[in-house]
Amino acid sequence: MAMGTRDCKHICDESSPAIGEAGKTGEWRSLTPVVHHSECIPAKQKKPSCFLCWLYCPEAVITKTIPIQINLEYCKGCGICMQVCPAKAITMA
Amino acid sequence: MKKNANKANIRLLDGNQAAAEGAKLSRVQVIAAYPITPQTPVTEALSEFVETGNLKAEYVAVESEHSAMAVCTSASIIGARTFTATSSHGLAYMHEMLHWAAGARLPVVLACVNRAIGAPWNVLNDQQDSVSQRDTGWIQIYARNNQEILDSIIQAYKIAETAYVPVMVCFDGYVLSHTEMPVDIPSQEDVDRFLPPYKPHTILDPANPKNYNLVTLADPRVNAEGILCHGYMELRYLLQEALQNSAETIMQIGREFGELFGRNYDTMFWKDSMDDADIVIVAMGSLAMEAKVAMDLLRENGLKVGVLGLRVFRPFPKDALAKALEKARLIVVFDKNISYGSEGATCSEIKSALYGSGVNAAIRNFIVGLGGRDIKARELADAVRQSLLSLKTGILNIEYPEWICYI
Repeated sequence: MAMGTRDCKHICDESSPAIGEAGKTGEWRSLTPVVHHSECIPAKQKKPSCFLCWLYCPEAVITKTIPIQINLEYCKGCGICMQVCPAKAITMA
Repeated sequence: MKKNANKANIRLLDGNQAAAEGAKLSRVQVIAAYPITPQTPVTEALSEFVETGNLKAEYVAVESEHSAMAVCTSASIIGARTFTATSSHGLAYMHEMLHWAAGARLPVVLACVNRAIGAPWNVLNDQQDSVSQRDTGWIQIYARNNQEILDSIIQAYKIAETAYVPVMVCFDGYVLSHTEMPVDIPSQEDVDRFLPPYKPHTILDPANPKNYNLVTLADPRVNAEGILCHGYMELRYLLQEALQNSAETIMQIGREFGELFGRNYDTMFWKDSMDDADIVIVAMGSLAMEAKVAMDLLRENGLKVGVLGLRVFRPFPKDALAKALEKARLIVVFDKNISYGSEGATCSEIKSALYGSGVNAAIRNFIVGLGGRDIKARELADAVRQSLLSLKTGILNIEYPEWICYI
């Protein structure tokens, strides 16, 4: 290997909690969530409401903003946001 | 270092008491253990030390050996010096967590009081329990007598905390654990001089949160700081590297111990009358003492017999052993364990050590003493005499071991 791991000084698996510590886990995704903002409740009502996708996302990559945003660098494409959306505003493609 | 600063304090101790004294003198901070025959008196002694205030440590009464090792690894990663002891089924039950301690590179020390494993039930001695844990990544040291138990536990902490590899100190159940012998107990002051406080290689601290031993994937990963971190395989390589390099550490620490306490452990194995020996008996643990009696019987017959007592089974000192055995024409290996379908574990190791070394000795393997079966020096001597035939026939190797039993 041209590039080795000798710069890593750990002798057991060790990491500090940080965004990206486990690598770009978005690369694991096979299906990608697509948000249809015209159907999304906070976007439609222009009020902070619902946000079930934000609450249930196991990777915490969905923002509690209007409109919501999904960080695709770390979204693993599990589809839980699609499942929990009461307005069916998220599809997986 | 000053030699023998304090006067000898010799007391009659059984092996279990010697182990408990060793742990106490090492100033262990967390003890988690579950009683099992024949280890129980170790836990009794240590809990008494803690209850009477003679040892400033946390004694965690756990519900199983698996939990005992889980407590030891957890306490070790927050910076505590930890100790546990077990035997037989208890060690088997710990198996998963033994891997965990080694993989996390935590310098836990464990006293294994060697006992047979079921089925059928048997509480007596053989070495099947610890030999079955050979591949968990622990250093394994075997004691021949009670002094070596106490000394090895103190050294084990220094070895473990230098190499960051856990150490198992093994001693034969009943033969040592319940047999009293004179033991020189070093002073606390001298042990403190020998053994500095534990410095962890990493520490779990709420003020500086960290993740340990998470799922690691097949390949190395770049962390948030942009450093390419070890993957599973690199960490395993480092564990192997640590064990490979630990032989030097074990001998160096054994030498330092000798300089301070007058008992030198600058060796991976013990040699008795090996200088002129062309017949060598190999045995591990207390059996190496029994073998010396057999050696004396055989020397009375004019045979040039020596004894090689294995002290450290992991890491296995292949090169040093090949060198020590270079004059041997016949090597007789006695094993109190068996790798079923193959042969005794130490015999396999000896054969592996000699491959390509130029030593062309005949090797005979005898399985002895399983489940506490008494081993008489006379029987060991007879086995060596019987093996002399190999020198006439020139048959160096036999596929399977012979058994000293009634079948």
